[in-house]
Amino acid sequence: MRLKGFISIAIMRNSSLFFIYITSGAVLLSLLLVHASFSESAQQANLEEKAMLVKTLKLTDLCLFTEARYTRHLSQADLNTPFQDHPLSLEHFPSGSFTQAPERTGERP
Amino acid sequence: MINWIEKQRYIIDFTISSLLRRKVKNFGLLALYTLIVFILASTMFFTYSIKKEASLILKDAPEIVVQKIVAGRHDLLPVSYLDTIKNIRGVAAVESRLWGYYYDSLVSANYTLLVPPANGSSEDSAHLPTKATVVESESGVDTSKPLFELNGAVLEPGTLIIGNGIARLRNIGKGDYMPFRAFDGNVMNLRIAGVLSSQSELVSSDLMLITGEDFRKLFGIDKSYVTDLTVVVNNPSEIATVASKIKKRLPQARPIIRDEILRTYDSIFNWRGGMMIVIFSAAVLAFVIFAWDKASGLSAGERREIGILKAVGWETSDVIQMKFWEGAMVSLTAFFTGVILAYVHVFFTGSLVFEPALKGWSNLYPNFELTPFVNLEQLTTLFFLTVVPYTVATIVPIWRAATIDPDSAMRFTGD
Amino acid sequence: MIELVKVKKVFNAGNPSEFSALNSINLLIEENQVTVLKGPSGSGKTTLLSIVGCMSRPTAGRVKLQGREITSLPERFLTDIRRKTFGFIFQQPNLIKGISVLDNVMLPAYPLGEKRLHLKTKAMKGLAELNIANKAASKVEWLSGGEAQRASIVRALINDPHIIIADEPTAHLDTKLSYRFMEIIEKFKAEGKTVIITSHDPLVYESSMVDRVVKLRDGQIEGEQA
Repeated sequence: MRLKGFISIAIMRNSSLFFIYITSGAVLLSLLLVHASFSESAQQANLEEKAMLVKTLKLTDLCLFTEARYTRHLSQADLNTPFQDHPLSLEHFPSGSFTQAPERTGERP
Repeated sequence: MINWIEKQRYIIDFTISSLLRRKVKNFGLLALYTLIVFILASTMFFTYSIKKEASLILKDAPEIVVQKIVAGRHDLLPVSYLDTIKNIRGVAAVESRLWGYYYDSLVSANYTLLVPPANGSSEDSAHLPTKATVVESESGVDTSKPLFELNGAVLEPGTLIIGNGIARLRNIGKGDYMPFRAFDGNVMNLRIAGVLSSQSELVSSDLMLITGEDFRKLFGIDKSYVTDLTVVVNNPSEIATVASKIKKRLPQARPIIRDEILRTYDSIFNWRGGMMIVIFSAAVLAFVIFAWDKASGLSAGERREIGILKAVGWETSDVIQMKFWEGAMVSLTAFFTGVILAYVHVFFTGSLVFEPALKGWSNLYPNFELTPFVNLEQLTTLFFLTVVPYTVATIVPIWRAATIDPDSAMRFTGD
Repeated sequence: MIELVKVKKVFNAGNPSEFSALNSINLLIEENQVTVLKGPSGSGKTTLLSIVGCMSRPTAGRVKLQGREITSLPERFLTDIRRKTFGFIFQQPNLIKGISVLDNVMLPAYPLGEKRLHLKTKAMKGLAELNIANKAASKVEWLSGGEAQRASIVRALINDPHIIIADEPTAHLDTKLSYRFMEIIEKFKAEGKTVIITSHDPLVYESSMVDRVVKLRDGQIEGEQA
């Protein structure tokens, strides 16, 4: 009888389990944030290499979407090209689900 | 105070056993909720990090790029434009660019062919810039055959330096040959002189560095034309002015300033726009409606339970607290699980789930590891977007049911 | 001890279905006595019990608990009094399915935030006294009728109430279990508690330990029996 009582006390309360989960979640999240800040500095060299390449080769865009001219060089694309097919042809390509039409500063005199 | 904490623990205990009673339904709900948080958080992490990275990487992009537009299309730019522009006040240097696209039908991929800018003694530059762009190793000066060297790979006529993505896609490397179909139908065989690093894939994955001569031979472009120009100005604050001067002098010219390039990438991955978020908002809305519906329409069993609680001495506020914890527990669990999984997903697996969408139709897709640019602000936004609506949606409709008076509970005798 | 003065209860006031469950009840319930409210169904027993036990308020009239007027107390105070003073035993055990007997028994004490170990000990002791300690960890669905009834009694006692209220407690029990139930009532009386029961079971109201039987008919008290 006494042993049974002891065992039932030793089993975790539901709420304790929940708190443990949330606490470990918070701890894990904080660790990830620490990882993020470490990575930022660790990746400096990497970022600089890419920036150097951009400078050397005079590049203008990231190589993300190679499906079409206006998706490969987003900053160089004019508004005409995507609109030539259809005004909403940005969704021709799955990349349209991520990107919007490039912003233009408007006509300069 | 201790009492209050203990009381909350009891209520949480009870709520958890209450939730566990309908395991399937509640785990399904939790899974769905976690999935929504996961997608939302992944999108947020991805777009924010890529925007940040773009702004850092492209900060030394050309100050002004000048294109020629004919009948709404990019046209080749006559070399005479260079002289016109170099005479504009404020212009420090003008350099031509030769680049274009080549479609490889074998692997159904588009490559970007680029002639690396020569330095110093190129006949195209207006005058030697005082700030010369630095190259890893300066090539020898031979105006008829400009050399380019990158990390030990020497670009000679008949050779290419290719991006790592191409090397991967076609399974070729240094020393291999690659055939090209030229503009006149002839085949050009070019040797791979080197491969660009895998760390730089985000900007170089589909690049092919080629000599100017080979480029013109491949595409049949006359020496009097180039693809576009880059302009260096004396005073960075004068960039916009110079750009408008260019436009005035050359009506068919379209200048693009560096600021625009950077802003393109700022807005392009705006997670507040795009189809992704439209679909996603619909999902979240549906979910909140579902949660509200679930909370407002109590089943007979749930009603009976609240009646029993009231009958044995729970107040209305106790019942409300219970419901609050029910909502809060589910959303907190979903939040932490979803966000942690999203972080791992985006920064450790390279956005595996998004890859098909990102990759789209292209076979050539860069391998890149995003640098985690995550901050507390993002997490707070996520928290308020996900946890709060659900918790509220669970509590508010409960109000009426929680105010059942215990007398009615007594009359619930039996079912 | 508990005094009702001109208590009246009307349901659905203003509607066509309005009806008067209790009409001008005057009642004084003595301490440490077993009082039975007897009457046919519809006589207002349950309503009266519910008002006595602070579970609902009268439409008119006053209710006093140990001299203190409680008729117009705000819900929070009323609930507090109810929690500490009364223990309810319903007709059906009304246990919450899917959780253990022990959890069910401790339920009424949760909002009070007692230390868990202390509460658990109390609960186990209560279960032991009614011989169902071995079922503490079982889910309530596994209990027999009598065991469930006993579990609900333990639950009613968890906050050490002074007054026990039972609504038709033997309605779903066989004779043997009904006698057992009355034995438990006797024990309460011996402990100094006050017991109020509604029943139309002769086994209950003819029992020797009952001090007073109050007859109800059509919402009013008929004569009294010693």
